[in-house]
Amino acid sequence: MWKGRDVITMREFTRKDMEEVLALSEKMEKISRGRGYDPILKGKILATLFFEPSTRTMFSFQTAMLRLGGTVIGTAEPKSTSAAKGETLWDMIKLVHECSDAIVMRHPNEGSARRAAESSDVPFINAGDGSNQHPTQALLDLYTIKQQKKKIDGLNVLLLGDLKYGRTVHSLAYALSQFEDVTITLHSPAQLRFPAWMYAELKESVKIREIPSMDLSQADVVYATRIQKERFADPTEYAQSAYVLDAEKIGTMKEDAIIMHPLPRVDEIATEVDADKRAKYFRQEANGIAVRMALLSLVMTGR
Amino acid sequence: MTTDKKEREGEMRVKKIENGVVIDHVNAGKAPAILKLLGIDSTFPGTVSIIMNIPSAKFGLKDIIKIEGKVMAEAEINKIALVSPHATVNIVKDYHVVKKHAVKLPEKLEGIIRCPNAICISNREGTPRLRVEQQSPLKVRCEYCERVFTEEQLA
Ligand SMILES: Nc1ncnc2c1ncn2[C@@H]1O[C@H](COP(=O)(O)OP(=O)(O)O)[C@@H](O)[C@H]1O
Ligand SMILES: [Mg+2]
Ligand SMILES: [Zn+2]
Repeated sequence: MWKGRDVITMREFTRKDMEEVLALSEKMEKISRGRGYDPILKGKILATLFFEPSTRTMFSFQTAMLRLGGTVIGTAEPKSTSAAKGETLWDMIKLVHECSDAIVMRHPNEGSARRAAESSDVPFINAGDGSNQHPTQALLDLYTIKQQKKKIDGLNVLLLGDLKYGRTVHSLAYALSQFEDVTITLHSPAQLRFPAWMYAELKESVKIREIPSMDLSQADVVYATRIQKERFADPTEYAQSAYVLDAEKIGTMKEDAIIMHPLPRVDEIATEVDADKRAKYFRQEANGIAVRMALLSLVMTGR
Repeated sequence: MTTDKKEREGEMRVKKIENGVVIDHVNAGKAPAILKLLGIDSTFPGTVSIIMNIPSAKFGLKDIIKIEGKVMAEAEINKIALVSPHATVNIVKDYHVVKKHAVKLPEKLEGIIRCPNAICISNREGTPRLRVEQQSPLKVRCEYCERVFTEEQLA
């Protein structure tokens, strides 16, 4: 079932799938921190293609592969080589799958992950396709929620920031919709609202609602995301839309709530918040390695 | 006048065509959307007549499109169902209707329409592939970028 599987979108993940990944991730945690070594991917090659700059996701995948005894190949700038010469993604993947046992790709076009996966004979993992999906981020987010809150069912998750272009919140919302009695609460600037089609689709399976002001008091998880200046034609609109979680704001949060962020942050979370016991974003980021180890192992070996 | 008579009068407001197609039973107001779907504009060599808001016995009001010199393959005929699921395409040869096709919306739209999402990979390379998830109101999903589109977004 897992062996050879492509990881393209959280829309295709059942609760059982997610729980399998989380369970294996937990077993990987020790090795992910450099304690112990289990070369289950020895002799395997992972190709990483990042058509958009990324340090954390790429490093996280590379480390995950190396910790399991595998090897990584990749070019820092696939854009400047193949695509610039007018080669299609389809043709490029035909070369890359001959050279590897699995492919990880980030690409600016939505649907590029599906296209690449259709061209590839080896398992393909989406590390972000435009504003569409970023499934491995959603899995590490779930892992962190489970780790910190001991459960996912019944939680109220508040998503903040750029909910329109933010692929991480899209993937996370679909992942959460598979759990019981979850409430997804949305708050964003008017220009960056959650896509209407996703909202309509999700409300069939989960409680999802938008709130007009940034009320943190009901949330079990406050998930902040970055608002990019480039999304606004008018800089004054950006200034009005920007938000900051600082010590005062998080004072309104529940005592046992957690603060997450897919990072990098810019100004959304004041550095003074880092010392608060509810701040879990660095832990969340670190969890990415174990979760990606689990996924790489599952798609290449089936376990 | 009976609705039947009004309908026939309405339908013949323009000169007969010699060879081409008559798209009948088009939902009232949808004729322009169909021309857009078929990619017919000022560069099309034949004469195109649109009659809108004709009283119709079956549908209340309907539009008709008559396109001189147009040849239509089945995929193109069925594309019309996106905006007008009850349309009939009449093939005209030597001034006479020689064949009638009821349009039928296929579940899978492969290479038939473009994805309206400008940054979808299917607009860069390969063949667009969309799936009809619901007929009415229309919901079509792109199998690449996953977005769901309504009738207004498609035509
Ligand atoms: N040569 C033609 N030029 C233009 N319109 C035509 C021509 N022949 C038929 N039509 C129109 O095509 C439609 C279908 O014609 P027909 O099969 O005769 O009628 P119906 O479908 O109502 O039984 C009608 O709207 C008719 O007016
Ligand atoms: Mg008739
Ligand atoms: Zn698309």
